[in-house]
Amino acid sequence: MAQATSPPEVVKEDERTRRGYSSDAAGLGNLRAGAFVAPALLLIAAFLVFPALWVLYLGLTNYRLTGAAAAEPQFVGLANLLDAVSNPTFWNSTWLTLQFVLGSAVIGQVVLGFSIAWMLRDRAGPLKRLVEGLVILAWILPSAVVSFLWVALLDRDGGTLNALLGIPGFPWLLDHPMLSIIVFNTWRGTAFSMMLYGAALGNVPPSHLESARLAGASGWQQLRDVVFPHIRGHILTNLLLISLWTFNDFSPFLITAGGPDGRSEVLAVHVYKVALQSGELGYGAAVSTIILLINLVVAVFYLRLLRSKK
Amino acid sequence: MAVRKRSLGVVAVLAAAGLGLAACGSSSGGGEGEAIELTITQNAIKGGKNAAGATFIEDWVIPEFEAAQKAKGKDVTVKFVPSGVDDEQYKTKLSLDLKSGKGADVMDIDGIWAGEFAEAGYIKPLSELVGPEADNWDGWSQIPEAVQGMAEFDGKKYALPVGTDGRVLYFNKALFQQAGLPADWQPKGWQEIIDAGTKLKSAGVPVPIQINAGTAMGEATSMQGVLPLLAGAGGEVRQDGKWTGASQALKDALGLYQKIYGGGLGDPKLQQEAKGRDKSFQQFAEGKVGILMEGDYFWRGVVNPKDGVAKMDDRDQVVGYAMIPAMEPGKGLRGQDFVSMSGGALRTVNPNSEHPKEAFELLAFTLSPEALKEETKDGNVRVTPRTDVNKEILAGEPLLTYISEKVLPVTAYRPPVAVYPQVSAALQEATAAVVGGTPPDQAATAYQKKLEGIVGGAGNIAS
Repeated sequence: MAQATSPPEVVKEDERTRRGYSSDAAGLGNLRAGAFVAPALLLIAAFLVFPALWVLYLGLTNYRLTGAAAAEPQFVGLANLLDAVSNPTFWNSTWLTLQFVLGSAVIGQVVLGFSIAWMLRDRAGPLKRLVEGLVILAWILPSAVVSFLWVALLDRDGGTLNALLGIPGFPWLLDHPMLSIIVFNTWRGTAFSMMLYGAALGNVPPSHLESARLAGASGWQQLRDVVFPHIRGHILTNLLLISLWTFNDFSPFLITAGGPDGRSEVLAVHVYKVALQSGELGYGAAVSTIILLINLVVAVFYLRLLRSKK
Repeated sequence: MAVRKRSLGVVAVLAAAGLGLAACGSSSGGGEGEAIELTITQNAIKGGKNAAGATFIEDWVIPEFEAAQKAKGKDVTVKFVPSGVDDEQYKTKLSLDLKSGKGADVMDIDGIWAGEFAEAGYIKPLSELVGPEADNWDGWSQIPEAVQGMAEFDGKKYALPVGTDGRVLYFNKALFQQAGLPADWQPKGWQEIIDAGTKLKSAGVPVPIQINAGTAMGEATSMQGVLPLLAGAGGEVRQDGKWTGASQALKDALGLYQKIYGGGLGDPKLQQEAKGRDKSFQQFAEGKVGILMEGDYFWRGVVNPKDGVAKMDDRDQVVGYAMIPAMEPGKGLRGQDFVSMSGGALRTVNPNSEHPKEAFELLAFTLSPEALKEETKDGNVRVTPRTDVNKEILAGEPLLTYISEKVLPVTAYRPPVAVYPQVSAALQEATAAVVGGTPPDQAATAYQKKLEGIVGGAGNIAS
């Protein structure tokens, strides 16, 4: 206390408060600023932090949808997590999810989305509007409607695709379930990548492309040396978002229901099946915890890449 | 992202508008005195699954019950909450409703869910919930012991039984004629089923035999597949308080699956499809399936020429039925020559109901003799829980008479314990494995291993 009243300390405190005010552009002060942020923080706490913590807790119990464990769940520690990592079904789902994300998001949506954006970059008029309209339509239609259309397209007996190809009875959804949902999700989600790259390409200075062309750069060289460096941040942001969305996407369930015999049971479907269909809420929560961790790792990975640019 | 947000916003606005409309609709029903609103739910919907049941509730039960209550000076409105999905999804929906303290006042559940619902506290003994009226219900004296047993758990009655059923082998007489098989076919052992399948196959029938398998069909695989076969091989899923592991009976049952699906007598892909069961119904109605094992629901709700989901106008002429034989005569459960499995729905009062007494009145009304007679008229006959009603209504219905006279005496019931659905799921996985090419012995061993995890160790399993 004696030291606090000594002159040098006072100066320091003054400095600190002065610095504090200088960063407070709105002049609200901590208390009032906090009051403004509080509603948002409360919403985040109620709808994001609390459910996440609740899932962590549920994952440590043997909570079930029905039966005695629904009334009085017991604390089982890490048993669910250990069960999950020693369960081949879980690893199978993880592997399928990886295929799904790589195939439909990282390769399918990014490549297709960028290609469309690149081909339409200098165009205007009805063709561009038509292509963009169709791609965006695939994105904004409700999942239930779209899935029904795809089931009708790929059905073994009365499917449109088999009728067109003249191979009635070919079971696409049974023999190639992963390929089916990867193509479906590519078709479904390309619009986002297309729009993002369309906007990004507009930011590439035309003069740079012009000079590259004058210097005799081929189309691929222009892309590699002029366009990509300019839109690197967009690519990474896009990859981050669509990887996470695809990772957690549930719509494959509406097409194959995870079948046949679990061969298209991506993690989101796996959690639904164990937690709600088999009623093992505790185990499902433990798997969700692992999904949460994987999501964090993916996000950190991309954010690192994004920062390394600067 | 922006589009996504906006579409969410639109959905929210639409939902709010919908709620507003719904609120208007329900408030206009109020009047003087205490207005009571009840809801009743079944996995039934007009124009879809169990259409006859939904029509009966909406067009007869509700107006009649409301009128009867009005005559007593009570203002009661009843709303039907339809549903038309797979039984497993219906169960998930009900469990979530009940877990969150909601749900319809009167609801239908499958008899086999009673144990796990009771243990979870989702349903309560009727005498606790409703009062002595439940035990004094006049219908009890008309309901056979075995059927009453389905509604009991730990010696207490949790619901009223809605009826019971039995399983048989259906066959297409037109296809049988093509294959040179008799119209009054009755196999005496499994080999005769295989032989008929082989003849059907050489006569060009696309799917000679359909016996449900795999996980996609859920409990239908157990009830109309592996359990009757297990009984035919002399086994039961649980005997004398112990679960049956990789027994010879199970291996025999799985062996028949292997003969059918490995030998080209059935369509293995159909067992894997997400909507495989519905498709098998469709194919039977189109004359593509020779033999199909199903419950009497198939006759009433599927190929029913009036409102089935896969109507057959010539059902009465074309569809034949036979009892499910044991593996060989005398080798079935309890030394029987023929076997079957039975289940049945229950109807109960939701413990979350604000008006349990009125809800029970509605429940009892749906199972009164008048209501049951009304429900089962015009070709909608089913085996009701009441002997007094059955005597009258079954007389003109050949299949249901056959079920109640020949099948029900040899039938068996599933173990009424909470863990059964998990065991059943493991059995379904075993059939899926065999249809996919795994040898029966290996699938049976894998089943036993899974069973140990479900029922709490090898000590509870007889091998």
